Amino acid sequence: MSREFDNTIELQQAVISAVAQSRPLNLTGGNSKAFYGGEIQGAPLALGSHSGVVNYEPKELVLTARAGTPLQEIEAVLAQQKQMLAFEPPHFGDNATLGGTIACGLSGPRRPYAGSARDFVLGVRIINGKGEILRFGGEVMKNVAGYDVSRLMCGAMGTLGILLDISLKVLPMPQTEITLVQERSPAQAISVVNGFASLPLPITAACYDGLKLYLRLSGEPEAVAAGRNLVGGSTTPEGNRIWFDIREHQHAFFDSGQPLWRLSLPAHTAPIELPGKQLIDWGGAQRWLVSDAPAATIRQAAEGRGGHATLFRNARNRNEVFHPLTGSLNSLHLQLKRAFDPKAIFNPGRLYPDF
Amino acid sequence: MTDGAGSNLDKLRLVAALHSILPPQAVIHDTEALRPYECDGLSAYRQTPLVAVLPENQDQVVQIMQLCHRYEIPVVARGAATGLSGGALPLADGLLLSLAKFNRILDIDPVARTARVEPGVRNLAISEAVASMGLYYAPDPSSQIACTIGGNVAENSGGVHCLKYGMTVHNILQLKIVTMEGELLTIGSQSLDTPGYDLLALLTGSEGMLGVVIEVTVKLLPVPQRAQVMLAAFDDVERAATAVGEIIAAGIIPSGLEMMDGLALRAAEDFVHAGYPTDAAAILLCEVDGTNEEVSAAAMRIRDLLRAQGAVEVRTARNDAERISFWKGRKNAFPAVGRIAPDYYCMDGTVPRKRLAEVLTTIGRLSSEYGLPVANVFHAGDGNLHPLILYDANQPGELMCAEELGAEILELCVRVGGTITGEHGVGHEKLHQMCVQFTSAELEQFRALKKAFDPLGLLNPGKAIPQPRHCSEYRTLGREVLTAPGSREGSPP
Repeated sequence: MSREFDNTIELQQAVISAVAQSRPLNLTGGNSKAFYGGEIQGAPLALGSHSGVVNYEPKELVLTARAGTPLQEIEAVLAQQKQMLAFEPPHFGDNATLGGTIACGLSGPRRPYAGSARDFVLGVRIINGKGEILRFGGEVMKNVAGYDVSRLMCGAMGTLGILLDISLKVLPMPQTEITLVQERSPAQAISVVNGFASLPLPITAACYDGLKLYLRLSGEPEAVAAGRNLVGGSTTPEGNRIWFDIREHQHAFFDSGQPLWRLSLPAHTAPIELPGKQLIDWGGAQRWLVSDAPAATIRQAAEGRGGHATLFRNARNRNEVFHPLTGSLNSLHLQLKRAFDPKAIFNPGRLYPDF
Repeated sequence: MTDGAGSNLDKLRLVAALHSILPPQAVIHDTEALRPYECDGLSAYRQTPLVAVLPENQDQVVQIMQLCHRYEIPVVARGAATGLSGGALPLADGLLLSLAKFNRILDIDPVARTARVEPGVRNLAISEAVASMGLYYAPDPSSQIACTIGGNVAENSGGVHCLKYGMTVHNILQLKIVTMEGELLTIGSQSLDTPGYDLLALLTGSEGMLGVVIEVTVKLLPVPQRAQVMLAAFDDVERAATAVGEIIAAGIIPSGLEMMDGLALRAAEDFVHAGYPTDAAAILLCEVDGTNEEVSAAAMRIRDLLRAQGAVEVRTARNDAERISFWKGRKNAFPAVGRIAPDYYCMDGTVPRKRLAEVLTTIGRLSSEYGLPVANVFHAGDGNLHPLILYDANQPGELMCAEELGAEILELCVRVGGTITGEHGVGHEKLHQMCVQFTSAELEQFRALKKAFDPLGLLNPGKAIPQPRHCSEYRTLGREVLTAPGSREGSPP
């Protein structure tokens, strides 16, 4: 393990003094996802030094680490025991930390089949906006004591509190993984992949690049072999590499300075005609769109189909990254923000301009 | 009783106002007619509500909530009332909102693999309705024949397949709720995520204190091609617990992994004749599911592991009938234990599995100290323990004695790094233990969170999150555990 350091007390003091001076803070971990979300006017507070795996029990399927622990380190520790973070988080840089991963709530290609980042969060220790150190959830799989604050922190972009420690459920790595490729039209790809999802097949990822449908099968070798016969398609020399490339936005599709949109949609939504190019992931439930079309056009298209759109990268206006909240939901968010961070010191503007 | 909320409308005027929203038969106010609503599955606590209502559409719920909000009348929502923690216990000055008439499956989409249902639909009814499509709804609490999906959301219910398939929170997409102010909100969406805070996760397991669920969209999964269950007998509980860890360490995630101790398995055997080895100290039931090939491979590995861990006997269900029979004993464990004593009190702690042997030994010691037998049924895969305390309510003082023993068991769970409730909820029952598991600041954070949804504190007040006064009273009782090393109050971070 590279660095191990408990920085709780210093961080708490930093928060208490920020609260006393009503001075907003810009929370940073490894700074790998600084591109994501709104811009923050606040004094930087570095969380990366609060680092280290606190507890790992492979037989309990539980890992607890400080929020500043590099994601790479966590994955390496798990790999030694043939275990993994099943939500397959994107890193977007070597410095990615566990805290940033959970605060952003991002998940990779396995998400529709294994669950999202929040699905694997079991517990957190946080500093709230009063400078108090609080613990919610725990290191056990089932825990319904009190409101589920742990999962609420996931995807909150650091606006509700500073994550100190995070406990996660981990899963065994599959014994075998193969990627099968078949040529399909966009409409066929959506229909085929949704058809497969209704069958008990060991599929753990499905994406479509506009020409080819890629399906990943994982599990016991016998199950993968049998699944392969049912799914069809061929393997390629690139093998499983595509999942890493898509997860990390290293696939050629993402080589663009144009705005990159993430559309979250019901998986079976028929292909959507929008200006620009698209890459379909998550078995149809997540669609990447590189497009200069107006935000309103894209958001309307997603919303009209039961989804929403996030301006993921290259935003011209960083105040419109996340899909706007409407009336009562917006006021509920303001109330929740106030409940955790009454002085509005944590990451103001990172999630929405008004908090 | 309602922690500050005071009604501004007398009963007669309330009933009259409700009659303007609902047909006469949907407003119950006669004391005798209110009896069936006085408790949930934890019948040791009873309270007749001021009035009970049975709305049948969203608009009526909205109007009822607006009325109650205007006159500051507390509201307790109720599904099938199978809950085991008193979460649906009515309030003497409150309205009981029964969602029993919201029992329609609104929409099934086999392509999207979702079902949109009203909250009063029974858990099992969803799986039954979609079985012909090769789909099912995964969470399967033991009460699934009777419990409703609205209650499952309120409690974040689990079941015997949680380890692999998760709890309610992992298996729903969208909720429609009515707030205490009478506003209809959509939480979550038909997609896998939603902008803003994860309110879907927050609402799930919030015990009816943040909003009233009036519609749920659940995810459906393909029925596994095959499920295979094995039964292993051990002459030592600790060995059985170790075997569970070894199965998981081998990279296998069984769909079900259950343990019963000697007392529980013998009671179950006497009741349903599942063929359990009655001389065993503990049995494990281990089920794997998936494709044919996956199941065959995993089952062989598990059999070898169980033998290597010292199982005195390992049986594999040879057919579906035998598989159902193996499970029958486990699923009927509670009523089976109910037959060997006049009453039983079911606990619901979760512990890290590695502490199981120690926890069971301590429970055994406490059981002798209190003179009350305890049978243990255990979701071994995810560490969720259900000790069943046997007592006789007709013996003066025995109920109180059982409750004290239960409290000690839950506080033991907290001490070893676990929790006071894995799936039954805090409700009315475990308010004291919340003061042990959480610090004052944490409880204050919960209260602030509730205020964001329900500023007047009218929605199921007095449940799940204790008031500061409550905890200080409990703490001044000077219970040993509060000063023991496990206590977190005042301890350094």
